Amino acid sequence: MNIFQQKWMTNALFVILAAGAVAPLFAADTRLPQWIEVVLGGLMSGVLYSLVALGLVLIFKASGVFNFAQGAMVLFAALSLVRLMEKMPFAVALAVTVVIMIGVAWLIERLVLRPLVNQEGIVLFMATLGIAYFLDGLGQTIWGSDVYTLDVGMPKEPKILLENVFEGGILVGMEDVIAAVIAAVLVGLLALFFQKTPTGRALRAVADDHQAAQSIGIPLNRIWVIVWSVSGIVALVAGIIWGSKLGVQFSLQLVALKALPVVILGGFTSVPGAIVGGLIIGLGEKLSEVYLGPYLGGGIENWFAYVLALVFLLFRPEGLFGEKHIDRV
Amino acid sequence: MIYREAGQYKTTYQADQQLFPILQDKIFVLMLLGFAFFAVPLLASEYLFRAILIPFLILTLAAIGLNILVGFCGQVSLGTGGFMAVGAYAAYNLAIRLPDLNLIVVFILAGLAATVVGVLFGLPSLRIKGFYLAVATLAAQFFLDWAFARIGWFTNYAPSGSVSAPALTIFGYTFESPVQKYLLVLSIVCVFTLVARNLTRGAIGRSWMAMRDMDVAAEVIGIRPLYAKVTAFAVSSFFVGLAGALWAFVYLGAWEPLAFDVNRSFQLLFMVIIGGLGALLGSFLGAAFIVILPLMLNQLPGWLGISMSTALISHIEFMTFGALIVFFLIVEPHGLARLWAIGKEKLRLWPFPH
Amino acid sequence: MNQTLKVKAAAVALAVAGALGAAQDAMAQANEIFVPVLVYRTGAYAPNGAPWADGFVDYLKLVNERDGGVNGIKIAYEECETGYATDRGVECYERLKSKKPVAVNPLSTGITFALTEKVAADKIVLMTTGYGRADSVDGSVFAWNFPFLGTYWDAADMLIQHVAKKGSLKGKKIALVYHDSPYGKEPIPALEEHAKKHGFTFLKLPVTHPGVEQKATWLQVRQQRPDYVFLWGWGVMNSTSIKEAIAVSYPRLQIFGGWWSGGEPDVLPAEAAAKGYNSITLGHSSEKDRPVHKDLMKVLYDKGKGTSAKKEEVGSVMYNRGLISAMLLVESIKSAQGKYGKRVVTGEEVRWGAENLSLDAGKLKAIGFDGIVQPLKTSCTDHAGVHRGRVHTWDGLQWSYTSDTYEADYKLLRPLVQASAKKYADEKKITPRDCSKEK
Repeated sequence: MNIFQQKWMTNALFVILAAGAVAPLFAADTRLPQWIEVVLGGLMSGVLYSLVALGLVLIFKASGVFNFAQGAMVLFAALSLVRLMEKMPFAVALAVTVVIMIGVAWLIERLVLRPLVNQEGIVLFMATLGIAYFLDGLGQTIWGSDVYTLDVGMPKEPKILLENVFEGGILVGMEDVIAAVIAAVLVGLLALFFQKTPTGRALRAVADDHQAAQSIGIPLNRIWVIVWSVSGIVALVAGIIWGSKLGVQFSLQLVALKALPVVILGGFTSVPGAIVGGLIIGLGEKLSEVYLGPYLGGGIENWFAYVLALVFLLFRPEGLFGEKHIDRV
Repeated sequence: MIYREAGQYKTTYQADQQLFPILQDKIFVLMLLGFAFFAVPLLASEYLFRAILIPFLILTLAAIGLNILVGFCGQVSLGTGGFMAVGAYAAYNLAIRLPDLNLIVVFILAGLAATVVGVLFGLPSLRIKGFYLAVATLAAQFFLDWAFARIGWFTNYAPSGSVSAPALTIFGYTFESPVQKYLLVLSIVCVFTLVARNLTRGAIGRSWMAMRDMDVAAEVIGIRPLYAKVTAFAVSSFFVGLAGALWAFVYLGAWEPLAFDVNRSFQLLFMVIIGGLGALLGSFLGAAFIVILPLMLNQLPGWLGISMSTALISHIEFMTFGALIVFFLIVEPHGLARLWAIGKEKLRLWPFPH
Repeated sequence: MNQTLKVKAAAVALAVAGALGAAQDAMAQANEIFVPVLVYRTGAYAPNGAPWADGFVDYLKLVNERDGGVNGIKIAYEECETGYATDRGVECYERLKSKKPVAVNPLSTGITFALTEKVAADKIVLMTTGYGRADSVDGSVFAWNFPFLGTYWDAADMLIQHVAKKGSLKGKKIALVYHDSPYGKEPIPALEEHAKKHGFTFLKLPVTHPGVEQKATWLQVRQQRPDYVFLWGWGVMNSTSIKEAIAVSYPRLQIFGGWWSGGEPDVLPAEAAAKGYNSITLGHSSEKDRPVHKDLMKVLYDKGKGTSAKKEEVGSVMYNRGLISAMLLVESIKSAQGKYGKRVVTGEEVRWGAENLSLDAGKLKAIGFDGIVQPLKTSCTDHAGVHRGRVHTWDGLQWSYTSDTYEADYKLLRPLVQASAKKYADEKKITPRDCSKEK
């Protein structure tokens, strides 16, 4: 059993996976530019998954809640924005939506989290499911259940790079690149916020121990409102990027399922984990679907992501960057 | 006043450890069973059987299975839908390839097939814990969904991937009408509830609960984690697989992998949590809550004579359902079963609570 | 303490009230024909489901308001939300069954599969306009299923005819990007048969429900460079496919959708990207100017009785399909009344009506559907009645026809239909009816 805990085993895993990722290059019918395209595509998708995963991680870190409503929040935020944009300019609509998301966070803290303080994780998880249902219904009642086009001026046409090096060049979706940049900036800001500001430190203290944090005078309730608001804003950003890709509609909340393997792979409590996890999952998904899929009948990327995460967990049961948990009797 | 155990002396250990140590409980359960077996078939309408009672009972069975894993052994699983699918497709293949096999045997074997798969996917639980395990079990869910959609052999090479179950004939008797199907399902659920009750009361159940409460401590006092966790996955998957076979054969009749998708897993987990972790009664109450409540909310405006658009009704159904989940969790985080227990406690003291 | 107790008591009371519920009243009106309307106006597929439902209900309203019902018999209907989930659909069916419905049209292949056996036992006609089981064209086995206007095999066949006109398919490559469900898999047997006949390579690229992430699929398309891509998606999957196709620079002129991948909700989110996208359609597109639309405006919308909140939705692709679905139902009832008398007909009688439905051009004109429904005639051996369609193209603002009418090749499909139906009959131990004796 303990063989999984050996350090060299973890290293071996990385070597094997990296080998697996490069392996298609040695197959007869693979061309390098294609492989690069798949890798790039995987990384870009991965960044988008990270965005949704980030919201999950923030809340888990600060309140120990596995927030299943993250997908519903993405949808709610995007719906609010797109419907408000019909009546007002983009900047105003954006500001109003941020206010709405803060309001939602405040209500959730007031009505759900505060009465449930100190409950077990699974009860809180269940409560967020209730929130997800409620937000789904509310969002559709207020804003409607059609498809709404969200155009924030993202370029749609891809660019072809390195055309003189490879035949046909390498195709890069500009939309993906912009999304990746936005996600990277957001992550940087959040990291700064967590590390450098007093609020960020208070957040980390709360994450470590609710009661201890409270005893040294950190206002638990305010911290929760803040973290849920931040998470709501992350959801809004994810909603804008995904929404401009898919159109704002109910299915938007299903992207949350894509973020689940990411958070377990990276660790529930780690912001960098969400990013690295997203990249690994995105990469693994696309490479497996393109190069392994045809032999298995296709459609494998969905479960492959989870199996990949599962393999990582066997070696690192708290994810790659999760806090190591020591059991004491 | 009526519910009082004064005067019921237990003189042997056997008497103390019986299933229902309080006489009133015994009478109540017997009456309930009598009502379910004899009165309901006379009273209920076809709609009630087909659309509410049969799915309620089958999902209860699955919820009992999941409760063994989550509530008794503390291992959160989101692969339940996949294990139900294993049961359903195993039963389908057995029934279609061995048409002479008795259907009861088919169901049992389907449960065993799910057991094997469940144990396989349960092994990682030795290393992975909590929500990490919960999400990791989704690997089972998505892999199984894919396998049943993609591997032609499982669906007997049906071009669309949708299969339909043969007639329900057991010992030459065909279960056709809703009442017959209801009684069949009810009997199976009763038998297996009893099995689950006795398993959870016994040594194995205690080792599960020790594992749940603190696995390191349990290991220290000599409970082997491998044994406890794997048996929990095995027993749980058996129940779930059996429920899957029933869901396919008795309720749906024709199905596709989508009938056992990840939403089914979530739905079952809701039932277990809302009903009460670690209480078999909770599985019944939770299943009732999750199956019946949305339907009632959906039909309520009609009964009240309020005319609303279908979309609005559905949205309100969603909102009320979500709000009620939160409401019940706040009122009693340990589930509906705990509410019931509290009610019973009160009744015992009533009318002199002091 | 006291307060928590009260709250707990309230919770118990609520639970009890919930458990008791209210009794159902199953009062069927004496002089009405009841039709359940299974819809999905919420959830992931609502953008497509809602306009269809509006069209369906609007036509029933129109018949009641304008004509006073079908030959004087009003149509009663009740909507039930399925959310595109099979078990909710079955529940809806059971719920509304007590009202003695004559026909049901669930707009879901999954629900159709689940109901196929139930309707035969309950004697309710299962109408699946442009979807459902492809083999249910064979009425000798599937007596109660009516895939009016054509099946997915027809659609696949017509698309092949369309692309074959652009040059021989020999040695070409055709990819099917499909929703990984019975719905998406339905066209595969027909396409495989065609691949054998025409000698093209057939690639299958499944997309897992709900289809919000398709990058890998389209990277494969880019890698394999198929000459044509057929798109068999539903809901969000369609618009995502179109967008991802752009992201890999796959020319949208070479993408052809099935007829559930060719409505406004499918192209609108893709905006300009969807310009030039083609799909086969069931003989109708987004016509808004047929006599029936004018009647709808005059009788319903001008008086504020329309179902849809937006007037512009009337005449959209999905709306028209719902409208036509309801029209076929009403005409089946009329046809039944022609034989059995102008009274409240039963499910069995409507089944006869649907099997002996004959709508020629004149009749279609009389009811205001000329130009959007191809003349059709059903029989015991052909429950679809007509197997025609056209290709329409999205120009960024609206759909317009860009091909002639095609007719599916039944010389090729008939053996497939019969083989599949026979397999089902054997499995279910159904003795097929002898169609030569049916009248």
